[in-house]
Amino acid sequence: MPPPLPSERSETSFADFKPAYTPGQASMEANRCLFCNDAPCIAACPTGIDIPGFIRKIATGNLRGSARSIFDANILGMSCARVCPVEVLCVGDCVYHHMGVPPIQIGKLQRHATDVAYGEGWRFFEAGPDTGKSIGLVGAGPASLAAAHELRRLGHACAVYERRSVLGGLNTTGVAPYKMRGDRSLSEVAWILRIGGVAIETGVRVPDDVSWDELSSRHDALFIGLGLGADRLLDLPGSDLQGVGGAVAWIEAMKLGAVDLSGVQSAVVLGGGNTAIDAVRELTGLGIPKTTMVYRRTEARMSGYAHEWAAAKQQGIAAAWARQPIAYEGDGGRVAGVRCVHLDDDAQAVEGSGHVIPADLVLLAIGQARLADVVSGLDGVAIEDGRLVVDEHGATGRPGVYAGGDCANGGKEVVNAAAEGKAAARAIDTWLDGKE
Amino acid sequence: MPDLTTNCAGIVSPNPFWLASAPPTNSGEQVMRAFDAGWGGAVWKTLGQPIQNVSSRFGAIRWKGMAGVGFNNIELITDRPLEANFREIAEVKQRYPKHAVIVSLMVETQDEWKDIIKRSIDAGADGIELNFGCPHGMCERGMGSAVGQEPLVNERITSWAVEYSTVPVLVKLTPNVDDILPHGRAAQAGGAHGVSLINTIKSVIGVDIDTFVPQPVVGGQSTNGGYCGAAVRPIALHMVAALARDPDFNIPISGIGGITNWRDAVEFMLLGSTSVQVCTEVMLRGYRIVEDMIEGLETWMDDKGFAKTDDFVGRAVPSYQEWGDLDLNFELIAKIDAATCIGCQLCMVACHDGAHQCIHPNPDGSRVPIVDEPECVGCNLCEIVCPVPECITMVEVDNGYAPATWNQHVGQGAPLRPKKGSHD
Ligand SMILES: Cc1cc2nc3c(=O)[nH]c(=O)nc-3n(C[C@H](O)[C@H](O)[C@H](O)COP(=O)(O)OP(=O)(O)OC[C@H]3O[C@@H](n4cnc5c(N)ncnc54)[C@H](O)[C@@H]3O)c2cc1C
Ligand SMILES: Cc1cc2nc3c(=O)[nH]c(=O)nc-3n(C[C@H](O)[C@H](O)[C@H](O)COP(=O)(O)O)c2cc1C
Ligand code: SF4
Repeated sequence: MPPPLPSERSETSFADFKPAYTPGQASMEANRCLFCNDAPCIAACPTGIDIPGFIRKIATGNLRGSARSIFDANILGMSCARVCPVEVLCVGDCVYHHMGVPPIQIGKLQRHATDVAYGEGWRFFEAGPDTGKSIGLVGAGPASLAAAHELRRLGHACAVYERRSVLGGLNTTGVAPYKMRGDRSLSEVAWILRIGGVAIETGVRVPDDVSWDELSSRHDALFIGLGLGADRLLDLPGSDLQGVGGAVAWIEAMKLGAVDLSGVQSAVVLGGGNTAIDAVRELTGLGIPKTTMVYRRTEARMSGYAHEWAAAKQQGIAAAWARQPIAYEGDGGRVAGVRCVHLDDDAQAVEGSGHVIPADLVLLAIGQARLADVVSGLDGVAIEDGRLVVDEHGATGRPGVYAGGDCANGGKEVVNAAAEGKAAARAIDTWLDGKE
Repeated sequence: MPDLTTNCAGIVSPNPFWLASAPPTNSGEQVMRAFDAGWGGAVWKTLGQPIQNVSSRFGAIRWKGMAGVGFNNIELITDRPLEANFREIAEVKQRYPKHAVIVSLMVETQDEWKDIIKRSIDAGADGIELNFGCPHGMCERGMGSAVGQEPLVNERITSWAVEYSTVPVLVKLTPNVDDILPHGRAAQAGGAHGVSLINTIKSVIGVDIDTFVPQPVVGGQSTNGGYCGAAVRPIALHMVAALARDPDFNIPISGIGGITNWRDAVEFMLLGSTSVQVCTEVMLRGYRIVEDMIEGLETWMDDKGFAKTDDFVGRAVPSYQEWGDLDLNFELIAKIDAATCIGCQLCMVACHDGAHQCIHPNPDGSRVPIVDEPECVGCNLCEIVCPVPECITMVEVDNGYAPATWNQHVGQGAPLRPKKGSHD
């Protein structure tokens, strides 16, 4: 197991945005659940957790059964309970909305059951009888972890190749600390790996350190779960100024260690997606007096979730809408502001609208680089639009090579990665069976 | 993993959870789906001369927006042809040989009993349940609770059934009696292998206050029906326990009445039920509630170290005593945990208006009430109304008095502690 995270981390100053339930709160909320038939919340969960079932088990005090139901569908049920955008997934489809009654807090109930399971150390799953097969998994994020766990339940040996020293992918290095901190993600990794039989190799970048040929010869099948690439940056005048960088990289630094924000009075985050919203909320949480989100479209057309932006506004965070950054302005080698122009309804720069938004720190959250040539050398595996092309079972065009998670879906949520990893594991099992 | 296999009066099922004779066991297709969901046994919807039902036929008590805390019905026995029922019973038994199918029966004459028992057994019944319980419709025709309320008739018909049956016979008792004991004993005297209880309780579930017709409404009229669902559990538990602790009654019990989950089932089993039957909760939520029932029971047994259900069936019976044998010197007082108190003061109101006026506003001005301990009688009303689990606890006080029951006090002059809460 890789070493734990350092105790000095900026992320540790955040409290939970959605605090855990006490047992009494959980029981009251669980008893509100209508136990719908063919419940819409289940269909809204990419991993198809039996939500009314696990909630009823909380209500009756069968917490172990409740947790088992959750993990059986989604081995990342603990982190998903905290990081899933439930407002647009399960909770968003609760039938109570149609009654004008607050929806059941499914995420918080799921957190209750899974936290108790972790706290009590309950174990639910055993590795299946050894099949003699071995699967190599590239990346140790949610997709690969879900795949590896399912493959172990099916009796296949697993080896995970991860380029970093920490495991868990963006669940450890990316999600907002007021949802889940890095150490909690690592405890999930440990919990998943307790099934045994998953070899972990960190510090290995594929294909640079181990070639695809080598992997193909070591394993009977491969799963690719390497996520997206680094932050995309803008090639503007002043981009080499100190204090200009990518948001995902900054978030990772803040989660894995301590970031130095001394002297930063105001910050700008460029972008209007969920990473941008996370970054402005995190900067504000770390005490930056003024943080502005600068986005090229309007509020109505932002790609980030409405509920996330509403929470940011509640923290007093402001946005500058319909702005196009055209240059970073500097002061002694350090950034001091972002020069912007207003965009009109046709996204055209409004003449004479140039202005500078002051900033001692500028983070770019305009997307992560798509895959380029990582899979060159793997004949039959295609990339389209920056995504690995897969069928509905996660199969690439090359027999025995599967993929899932952000690298295949273009960047969704942890729960999608978990669902796709598990589905691919089953498809691999079927494929191996068929080869016999 | 504990073993849930159950043998109730010679009827063996993979777990103690049976469907009670009612709409959920109306047909073979339903019973097979129920077995797939995990039910261990099913008592088939009562067979007899098929009847004609009314519409509507159900009523329910609503409590805080939830329907069905108490439930009532005026339906009768099966309305499907006997041939169809027997054909489906045979099919179920063929496909599910390890599950228990108990056929519930209600007919009038000795010949009819003989015939229908034979046909049930030929179809593959693992057991027979005599429906002496239905409190509406059938009793007016001299069947159902009309039989269950007459120990002599009960014993006679039971003895016929036992004579004609090659499989175990359960007698399903009606709760519409003042004392259950003579009725349980009559079934035993008739040779029954076990009893099932309770059937439904005679009731009027409600009245439509706009049309002035009681519910359920049939045209412009209504009639009394049978009450069941969670609300009847305490009555059922009492009747089960009364039989379980009767030294003259010693055949197995299949407990029924208001069971909604594994906890309720455990309670029935602790008071002496070998198997349990469920109707209303399945009608309201479907067969799949059994998944949690099985898992919850297994987990509870694991936690308690029980390997099989026999290890705990009846475990609560010895501590059920007569009032006169309770220790009057045992003393509890309420303690409020200020750290978890939410200041709703429901306890204060309850104690002032409904108990002994010993919970008061806090003189320090906070909303956490205080207990006047010398006046607290330890009734535990405050603990019941408190919405916060574990906030109010009942704590035992050592008052220096030796245990003394009323019977010991009256018989042997055992000294009693001074009374509390009389405010004199
Ligand atoms: C800032 C941010 C916040 C987010 N917040 C949320 C949230 O709140 N809720 C939510 O559900 N989702 C959130 N997401 C999305 C979520 O984190 C991802 O969808 C999910 O982690 C995808 O899982 P994955 O396994 O596909 O990829 P990743 O989590 O990216 O894991 C891929 C792993 O592969 C490794 N790797 C990459 N290339 C190689 C290589 N060549 N060789 C070896 N290893 C390699 C990486 O180091 C990484 O460990 C967020 C994403 C970001 C960027
Ligand atoms: C709609 C309905 C129909 C019933 N029909 C029968 C029946 O045909 N035979 C019988 O023995 N009991 C019948 N019962 C009684 C149930 O089997 C059971 O004894 C009673 O409902 C109590 O259990 P519960 O609280 O789980 O519902 C019926 C109950 C209901 C609600
Ligand atoms: S429950 Fe079914 S049978 Fe009964 S009234 Fe409704 S639709 Fe008709």
